[in-house]
Amino acid sequence: MPPIWTALIVLVIAAAGFVLARARARGAARREARRLHSLLHYYGWTAAIYAAGPALLLLALWLVAQPVVTRSLTWPVLQAEAAEGAVPSLMMADVQRLAAGLDTAASSGRLSPEAARALPPEELRAVMADQGVALGSDVTPATRDAALRWQRVSGLGHLLRDIAVIGLALAGAAWGISRARPDIRARNAVERAMRGGLIAAALIAILSTVGIVLALIFNTVEFFRLYPAAEFFFGTTWSPSFGGGSELGILPLLWGTLYISIIALIVAVPIGLFAAIYLAEYAHRNVRSWAKPMLEMLAGIPTIVYGLFALLTVGPLLVEAFGRGGWLGLGWMQGGTAVMTAGLVMGIMLIPFVSSLSDDIINAVPQSLRDGSLGLGATRSETIRQVVLPAALPGIVGAVLLAASRAIGETMIVVLGAGAAARLSMNPFDAMTTVTAKIVSQLTGDADFSSPEALVAFALGMTLFVITLALNVVALWIVRRYREQYE
Amino acid sequence: MTDISNDTPARGGSLLVTDARTKRRNRAETRFKAYGIAALAVGMAFLVALLWAILSNGLTAFSQTYVQLDVPLLEEKLDKDGDRDPDKIAKVSTFGYKPLIEAALTDLVAREGIETELDGKALTKILSDSAAAKIRDRVLADPSLIGQTVSFDLLASSRVDGYLKGRVSRESLARDKNLDAAHLDLVDTLREAGAVEKRFNLAFITGADASDSRPEQAGIGVAMLGSFFMMLVVLILSLPIGVAASIYLEEFAPQNRLTDLIEVNISNLAAVPSIVFGILGLAVFIQFMHLPQSAPLVGGLVLTLMTLPTIIISTRAALKSVPPSIRDAALGVGASRMQAVTHHVLPLAMPGILTGTILGLAQALGETAPLLLIGMVGYIATNYPDGVAEGFLAPNSAMPAQIYEWAKRADPAFYERAWGGIIVLLAFLLAMNLIAVLLRRRFERRW
Repeated sequence: MPPIWTALIVLVIAAAGFVLARARARGAARREARRLHSLLHYYGWTAAIYAAGPALLLLALWLVAQPVVTRSLTWPVLQAEAAEGAVPSLMMADVQRLAAGLDTAASSGRLSPEAARALPPEELRAVMADQGVALGSDVTPATRDAALRWQRVSGLGHLLRDIAVIGLALAGAAWGISRARPDIRARNAVERAMRGGLIAAALIAILSTVGIVLALIFNTVEFFRLYPAAEFFFGTTWSPSFGGGSELGILPLLWGTLYISIIALIVAVPIGLFAAIYLAEYAHRNVRSWAKPMLEMLAGIPTIVYGLFALLTVGPLLVEAFGRGGWLGLGWMQGGTAVMTAGLVMGIMLIPFVSSLSDDIINAVPQSLRDGSLGLGATRSETIRQVVLPAALPGIVGAVLLAASRAIGETMIVVLGAGAAARLSMNPFDAMTTVTAKIVSQLTGDADFSSPEALVAFALGMTLFVITLALNVVALWIVRRYREQYE
Repeated sequence: MTDISNDTPARGGSLLVTDARTKRRNRAETRFKAYGIAALAVGMAFLVALLWAILSNGLTAFSQTYVQLDVPLLEEKLDKDGDRDPDKIAKVSTFGYKPLIEAALTDLVAREGIETELDGKALTKILSDSAAAKIRDRVLADPSLIGQTVSFDLLASSRVDGYLKGRVSRESLARDKNLDAAHLDLVDTLREAGAVEKRFNLAFITGADASDSRPEQAGIGVAMLGSFFMMLVVLILSLPIGVAASIYLEEFAPQNRLTDLIEVNISNLAAVPSIVFGILGLAVFIQFMHLPQSAPLVGGLVLTLMTLPTIIISTRAALKSVPPSIRDAALGVGASRMQAVTHHVLPLAMPGILTGTILGLAQALGETAPLLLIGMVGYIATNYPDGVAEGFLAPNSAMPAQIYEWAKRADPAFYERAWGGIIVLLAFLLAMNLIAVLLRRRFERRW
């Protein structure tokens, strides 16, 4: 029985528990609600929660645990062969696929487990191919035995799972119904359960952080076991080759990331800041009401659009200006994908980040400061430069840091606009690549996850995560501290 | 007497005449204001340039060139025995239909009295490779057509389409082995005769992706379905979890280490680069849990984790905006705290929550980077999913991933599709944002 059916049965039991418990509470109260501690439906909900909660939890745990247990029970059959140098993970994958194939064959009635046992292992691959199950290699006797064992163990496991889960649901429902008495505080029980649910939902935020950190750490450690950490952090060459003998130094990637981010900030910070100053200090309310949302539209446009804009519009335009035989006759640029292309487009994307945050912060500067300065005879621009901006500076720095962390983590613009060559160069019209772009190129395709060339992506991801996290923590700290100053 | 009067230059003359220093200060003021206006103008100019690039390059994807052709479905070619047995008709592959198309084209050219040096085989190059398959599908669906001459609207090849849209010129064809200038002359004459025409291309919006050699056939419909199933997963998971988490943090949580940790976590998660979520999805959902690659379910799970912080932050703001008097009144008439929240606070905060959710979904819809890592590119989405379960689990693409895929292909004809795909994507985003704005306008309440 597939788990979804088991879950549905549990829900049906819970619904039945709800109806029965409510009826029982009503009977116990002799149709007089006053006698009950809680409203009627709370008694129903108690039974439903007792029935469904633990049973569904058990089901979830079982689904996670069963493959692990089955694997460890099946492994002894394969041990002899694994000693001869076969790759365990591939062998297990084959065993699982064969077991699944045997299952479908048995359920369609074409091949019973007994018949499969009698069949010579060499023929199994062809039989499976008829079923639409492709196996990686020929079936050895050990693989066949392991698959049959897998099938038996997992079949038993499924049966036990269904019995245990449904039994638990029935027991929970019975317990809940038995507690449908007037003196039981059903509402409190239900609210405790709801509160538990709320806490669990809040913990998911932590869980996903833990997930990110664990996934990164495990694979990064694995990578450093295969590749020396010192060469990764201080190597100046990036030339992965899946045949082996790759050089995986992060410095060219970090340089590309920083260079592009700096260009992006050079574009975004002045434009964003001046736009924010104008909108906050000078603009008429009408102008502000349409100009601010329009600028913020730039933030709502997906990054793939910017990537395409860089690749197909900005890149060719820059080549026409700076390329060989261009308007300026400089010949600095070889192709459309370059640091400048990506940096420029990323700068456009970051304008609204800088402008809306700065706008908020400039607006938070108390009016009394401005009035004081204007009252002393300063012009508005003098007030802004000498009073408002110094007061808002920490917040603006925070906004710029947030924009920088955005720039460093941005992927699509650099994948499409910056090129793929990892190099250490000062020319902004050269193609360079970034940490994010290389994560994408190392992990797309059918790389196997045990080679350093694929695992390096996790180390790159870890580096990226740490850098952006640090920038964010600092930026949020500055912004928050600044806000408190005037509140 | 005082020091001040010594520093400042003594003002002589009339107050009505501005002195040099005041002029300088006024000029600085004007300059500063001009910088602000210029910055705003540059920002707007970028927005306009972006939108113009999208519209000017992408709108052409919504029209497509078709060739109207009367194809004689000869019995001796398609059904030799003449018994209309579907199995036997199905045995004739698309190669069997090619001669029919050749004949029809030659016939068309002769009937229109066009002189051209191109012979039958070369003539078919103005048509898409998919033409034979289209005729075959029609015949298989209705074998009784065999023996008649049927009029078909067949896709023109992408070069011909590009010529009518101004993308391909006679000069650019010089190095192209697929098409000659002679073909273009022919297309011009056929166009005047009305056999070749450009029409609205519904197939681009509803259709499936096509292989590298057939840009004229590629559509975004299947990827749209992939995005739809992903958004379904995101909505089903992130709305309840996000709302529950916000209710706890805003209404029940005591101030302690644990809740502090959760708060810091959420604000930092909102700023983690999206690609890192892709790595998480790859390592946890695919490597560890063995969920199928390229499946909208996995994409949805990854995007859920990304969207959660957005939804939690906006939901908390919505809950915070409900005045405490509402809670106090509920508590005062004997409700428990949970009842006060579920019966009064939550319904009042609902418009705000929904607005935040829609905006979070819009953000997730446009996200590409994490999808690259869980294998939603490189996959040619040619088939519609067979059902709901298939929709979640079968490999598919998503709109932004499909756009990326087209942008990477060598044939420039796909760029037009990529821009067109962006228009479709932006239309969805615009619609979602409009709904959010309308919700806010309609239900916003000032307390």
